[in-house]
Amino acid sequence: MGKQRNQPVSRRSLLTMIGTVAGSTAMYNAMTQLGLAQESGYAGAPRLGATRPGTSVLILGAGIAGMVAALELRDAGYQVQLLEYNDRPGGRNWTLYGGDTYTELGSAPQHIQFSEGQYFNPGPWRIPYHHYGILHYANRLKVPLEPMNLLNFNAYLHHTDAFDGKPRRYREVQADFHGHVAELLSKCTRQNALDQAVSREDREMLLEALRGWGALDADYRYVKGAISSERRGPLLDGGGGLAPRPVCSEPDPLEPLLRAKLWRTIGWGQDYEYQTPLFQAKGGMGQIGKAFGAALGNLIHYNAKVIDIRQDAASVTASYVDSRKGGAPRTMRADWCVCTIPASILSQIPMNVSGKMRAAIDQLPYTANLKTGLQFRRRFWEQDDRIYGGVSYTNQPNAMIIYPMSDYFSEGRGILVGAYVRGETALAGSARTPDERIEHALAYGAKIHPQYRQEFECGASVAWHRVPWALGCSAQWSEEGRQTHYDNLCALDGRIILAGEHVSRLGTWQEGAVTSATDAIIRLHQRVMSA
Amino acid sequence: MNVRSTLSSALMLSALIAVSVLPAAAQEFGAGAMDRGTRIPYQGGEAIFKGVCQGCHMPDAKGIVGAGAYPALAHNPRLETAGYAIAVVVNGQKAMPALGSMMTDQQIADVVNYIRSNFNNSYKDKVAPADVKSARP
Repeated sequence: MGKQRNQPVSRRSLLTMIGTVAGSTAMYNAMTQLGLAQESGYAGAPRLGATRPGTSVLILGAGIAGMVAALELRDAGYQVQLLEYNDRPGGRNWTLYGGDTYTELGSAPQHIQFSEGQYFNPGPWRIPYHHYGILHYANRLKVPLEPMNLLNFNAYLHHTDAFDGKPRRYREVQADFHGHVAELLSKCTRQNALDQAVSREDREMLLEALRGWGALDADYRYVKGAISSERRGPLLDGGGGLAPRPVCSEPDPLEPLLRAKLWRTIGWGQDYEYQTPLFQAKGGMGQIGKAFGAALGNLIHYNAKVIDIRQDAASVTASYVDSRKGGAPRTMRADWCVCTIPASILSQIPMNVSGKMRAAIDQLPYTANLKTGLQFRRRFWEQDDRIYGGVSYTNQPNAMIIYPMSDYFSEGRGILVGAYVRGETALAGSARTPDERIEHALAYGAKIHPQYRQEFECGASVAWHRVPWALGCSAQWSEEGRQTHYDNLCALDGRIILAGEHVSRLGTWQEGAVTSATDAIIRLHQRVMSA
Repeated sequence: MNVRSTLSSALMLSALIAVSVLPAAAQEFGAGAMDRGTRIPYQGGEAIFKGVCQGCHMPDAKGIVGAGAYPALAHNPRLETAGYAIAVVVNGQKAMPALGSMMTDQQIADVVNYIRSNFNNSYKDKVAPADVKSARP
């Protein structure tokens, strides 16, 4: 980034950023036509009807995909058994609470010290309103949901190279960026530079739109004044009676916003998957997994590490050992198998499937995403900074600060996600111990919230490559990988079918797991009934 | 800013109403919205190993076992073929992510040389950045 500092902004990058910021609706329309931003494609719970009596299905993995499959197949009369590596249901649907112990590969156990009522979601934490599948099961299982205000206009955007490293509010950056762009475009319009594209009649309409959209004054300027302050917020709010008069705020210039690419982040909350309202499970996302587990009861066999999967003409047999103690392998056999074990692990388990499916499993890398949760004595981000939910962004290696989106105004403690990172930053973070990661999150976060050091109590950190039962956060499909391998991964291979977010086009999301499982059991059921 | 009325009208309008070119990955995840580099910042074999590789292969390079396993790099006869090590780093394999796009030829050569001459591995032949270059897809 540093090397770009003194270069003029190229036409292409201007177009890109305007497309990002201004064109969200048009972008969405265009993307929908391209099939990139479709709804989840969930057409309701599968209506399987009754199966042939006595048909059995072995389900490997009691995450969201496995438990959706189990619930629906059980309801259709299948004899269902699940094998699960952990001692709890949910898989990556998982919440850490005080009293829990979590041990990463090669790290000392983390004894979670969070207070009563506090929690941290290492994995999924938000549900878009159009993820109908996971919403259906949360409702069916009576898990209370609450709205998330993921986009908070008063949260911070921070870049170490912009404004001397002082954070700006989202509303300020958005207003200033829109305002400057609107002023530039209106200048072009008035200089007749757009005549080929805009008719004379539409020109006036466009100018009016730009003035409104950008909070421009009567002369199409984005300047300090009542109009821009109405958008970006005043320096001093008005008040009652003899309170001082309101004071307008001074817009920031365009250059630092451009050079630090702060504009990118204001486009983010506009994306389809992050448009409000989103939802979260009250008390932690893991409540959904728990409710599934309660509904399935003793159909789930916990602490079972699958070490071999073998099919023949009549059945599928999984061998497994106790995931805590090892010992002699045991086996479980069924007519059919739905395997939801992540490819990161399945690639290491012997399983006699076609070479094409094996190649598909083996080629699929997993992301290294990393999250660090920090508990503070008081909710200073609310009390001091007036940030109620949402996310602050930074170019530092902690990337995001995610504020709790429930229990606003409560007087006691609160947990922030102090780092949520991916890519090479997450790889580097994964090479550190949990304590080092917590220290990192504190050091970087304190640049934005100086209250950090004073108020910090305890933390927890999860680097997904080091999660013993996942070895990665989510499947990282490439375009080429999809073309070559995706259909092979989805195929019913003899008596085995795979499901999970990795077998979906809604990767990473829980909705991918739900829709993948739904699709898999519909095809499996059709096969069973046609036999 | 170089942007004045020199921009063609069609381009400007398309900017206002147009399709964004955000990479798909950013849309799937969203956490990378801030502009962070996509390169591994460490230089030298030891620094790269400690900064990245040891996260999964462990600081002693002996690997570790969970529901699946991360293999030991220590005393690993597969490393005898330097090209194998290069290919795995560049392209990934099973749970190992492809790191080719995040590292330069020099970085990959350095870390492969470091691993092949430490942790009870004592292969004498060194790989050069050119070897990495020819291994890239």
